[in-house]
Amino acid sequence: MAVKAKNQRLILALLAVAALVGAALLAMSALKDQAAYFYTPGDAKKDHVDIGRAVRLGGMVQKGSIERQADGVTIHFVVTDGIETVPVRFTGIVPDLFKEDSGVVAEGSFQPDGSFVATNILAKHDERYMPPQVAGEMHKTDSLEPQGDQGKELK
Amino acid sequence: MHIFANPARFLSIARPLTPWLGWIGGAMIAAALYAGLLITPPDYLQGESVRIMYIHVPAAWLGMGGWTGIAVASLMQLIWRHPLASVAARAIAVPGALFAAICLVTGSLWGRPTWGTYWEWDGRLTSMLVLFFLYIAYIALSSAGAERGSSDRISAIFGVVGAINIPIIHYSVEWWRTLHQGQSIGLGGSKIDSSLLWPLLVSTLGFSLLFGAIVLMRMRAMLAETKVEARLKRMTAE
Repeated sequence: MAVKAKNQRLILALLAVAALVGAALLAMSALKDQAAYFYTPGDAKKDHVDIGRAVRLGGMVQKGSIERQADGVTIHFVVTDGIETVPVRFTGIVPDLFKEDSGVVAEGSFQPDGSFVATNILAKHDERYMPPQVAGEMHKTDSLEPQGDQGKELK
Repeated sequence: MHIFANPARFLSIARPLTPWLGWIGGAMIAAALYAGLLITPPDYLQGESVRIMYIHVPAAWLGMGGWTGIAVASLMQLIWRHPLASVAARAIAVPGALFAAICLVTGSLWGRPTWGTYWEWDGRLTSMLVLFFLYIAYIALSSAGAERGSSDRISAIFGVVGAINIPIIHYSVEWWRTLHQGQSIGLGGSKIDSSLLWPLLVSTLGFSLLFGAIVLMRMRAMLAETKVEARLKRMTAE
């Protein structure tokens, strides 16, 4: 049974592509944990992140947890993933989008008492885009006045 | 597709199609950017910087779509030996690299006011940078092959293998925790409010048409170049 040359090439190419996709999927699933950009509070607890090691901690800023200290540049707040929480201390300037009940990534290290000292704060934006009127109708979130609804779950 | 594998038939269609694609695409881009920069409301969190999305999203789409085109053309070249397939792949590479670069630059400019950083090595940003480097490597490889006059089978294989990065870019925000936000527009609908969304769709379509016009122009230029070289060779032989 003779197979036409171009059909043979088609079969070879399909096999090669299938092998390639399989290899890539295997590599990606092996990378899954290492390629994560930050630890959530739950992961950090589970993985026993070393004290003092430079890591990123990400999650939502717990509603009503931001406290500005007397020196004016130091803030305390709580990062939550909906289950676990970590208290964070940071001295410096935060991005404009850093606010309560919204995503944050803190760079820094864990302390012996289980708190986290951040050297840099990044705000995480979510995938929802809308004009202020629409946002106002949906959920009134004024970052300065906590209104007592529960923090969003991190997906 | 097989009908267009004949260069003469391809040219008779591509020549009149190029200006149509270019002008309609250009008009749509102009309308979308006017609306996106001046008419639509700002975002409730990002404020005015949300308008960068009207360039950033089409650029990302074309950067990724361009490589998908290279991969499809490369497969056709490897399997059916279409004479136009390698020309199409090489024609896509330069505008594809350009749009990938625009995506990276606009994203970086958006990241500074939004996230507080120009660049972070998260999954989405890193895989997009890898795509840009793949384009540069593809351009170098395929033009080196074209100069030697050898078959471009190596660049075709590279085009197919490199396509594995496209789903990685797409799913990076789902597989790994990233700084970049998740997908806004999917099969389940859009998480972008309709008042901000429509200029994005118009500009994405407009940039896609313009991309098509650029690719057709480059393909015609490459075919013309081949013709000139063949004629020069004949003249020197006589």
